[in-house]
Amino acid sequence: MGAASVSPRLRAEVATALALARAGFRRYATYRQATVAAATTNSVFGFLRCYVLLAVAAADPTTPTVGYTAEQLALYTWASQGLIGVVALWGWTDLADRIRTGDVVGDLLRPIHPVLSYLYVDFGRAAYAALTRFVVPIAVGAVTFSLYVPHRPQAYPLFLASALLAVVVTFAARYLVNAVGFWFLDTRGVQMAWIVGTSLLTGLAFPVHFIPGWLDTAVWVATPFPSMMQAPLDVLVERGAPSALLAEVAGQAAWAAALLWLCWLVQRRATAKLVVQGG
Amino acid sequence: MGDISIYARLLWAQVRSYTAYRGSFAIDLAANALAPLLDVATIIVLFQVTPDIGGFRADEVLVMFGLAALSFALADVAVGQIEKLRLYVRTGQLDAALVRPLSVLGQLLCADLPLRKVSRIGVAFVILAIAVSRAPIELTPARLALLAVAPVAGAVLFGAIFVATATVAFWWIDSGEFANAFTYGGRDFTSFPVTVYGPAFRYLFAYGLGFAFVAYYPTLALLGRPDPLGAPALVAWSSPAVAVLAALLAGAIWRFGVRRYRSTGS
Repeated sequence: MGAASVSPRLRAEVATALALARAGFRRYATYRQATVAAATTNSVFGFLRCYVLLAVAAADPTTPTVGYTAEQLALYTWASQGLIGVVALWGWTDLADRIRTGDVVGDLLRPIHPVLSYLYVDFGRAAYAALTRFVVPIAVGAVTFSLYVPHRPQAYPLFLASALLAVVVTFAARYLVNAVGFWFLDTRGVQMAWIVGTSLLTGLAFPVHFIPGWLDTAVWVATPFPSMMQAPLDVLVERGAPSALLAEVAGQAAWAAALLWLCWLVQRRATAKLVVQGG
Repeated sequence: MGDISIYARLLWAQVRSYTAYRGSFAIDLAANALAPLLDVATIIVLFQVTPDIGGFRADEVLVMFGLAALSFALADVAVGQIEKLRLYVRTGQLDAALVRPLSVLGQLLCADLPLRKVSRIGVAFVILAIAVSRAPIELTPARLALLAVAPVAGAVLFGAIFVATATVAFWWIDSGEFANAFTYGGRDFTSFPVTVYGPAFRYLFAYGLGFAFVAYYPTLALLGRPDPLGAPALVAWSSPAVAVLAALLAGAIWRFGVRRYRSTGS
């Protein structure tokens, strides 16, 4: 096996990934009105959340609130509203829909692993959201509030890496929530858990660090939710020492690997089940 | 009279369809009861970090939250499903409602009543009752009356916002979650004292859209606190008038929208 025989395969692999990502990008880029509506809604919620968090910080203006200054909290809020669209916290039912209609069989016929093909498409979707739904709330926030500006040069590449990991973690978690449909017709229990987790523990309503003591640590270690938004947000607003931020990103990488592995496992079991049913 | 019996039958059919799948309905009720509890959890966490928000303590903010949650839950059950209007417009299903000899709005509301959200009303009611009993409120007959009227007035106002923002679909078919900014956003806005918001944003949401009259002013009247923003005391009792005005406006916007409606033809 020389380098010459490996590289064409790799090149084909990368070409496939890019083609799928481009398709995902273009699919979402066609819904222009919906993008405008979503970015507007995110911006309105940016105002709502930002004013409340600033009021929390204003009670004691001299010291940072749980490690965040007022300017950091402002950037935190607006970036969190922008990230909702990038990681696609809600409303992704592509796989669940295809399971229900039976179209999912088509995914198994393709010469690429279903988890990977959905992931590549999701990268394209995330890229489009980054250029639209992330930029709009940040711009609105920058005009109306005084936002923190990250001053360590490494904050920017680390944020990029952390946001990418957040996309992978959220994608894998969504995939698993959708995949429950392979076994159960009624997935509302799982949906309920998803709503609870994403609305309380991602850092969207309040930074997870606001949760007191050991409970905060437990949420970070035992659930993937802080890895979906809180980690990239902390990196962006440079909360705490660089080593603490690196630890958060390392935690994201661990969750990304664990959840993707689970996706693989679930997909294999599900495929076997589909064959047994003769589907 | 005839119309009312038709609506009653539509509603009864809804109730019967829910009782056909009791287990499923029970799960739905439980899932929906969670929503107000999550919001209470948020407020409790925020008050772990600070003793006051916008000049109000936790027990006072929880009264505001209780009023906002109960008002919103009532409106959501009664008219919240109007947010599906954009689907009816997009698929052309609205045409069917237009040719029947009944009010279009009445048909849309009665054909799909979200009874599964009834549990939210119960949870919000309990939250409000606990909050009122823990806050420093001297319950006079006038305040008791206010406590009974405020959630209804708030629900009418939220209902007006639901209807008015759903109307956007007549002009802007792919408006997605745009209406959420004002319905769910309005609920979040009213859950906190309006003193936390910046002037421009406050004018728009508190007074322009009337959200200050859902929970903020009634809570001030219940607590017997003067408005830190300087509104006269009488304003605190004016939410029913504001609600009626909002409902009339929303009705006018709705009728204007229906008249302008042109089928998507697909």
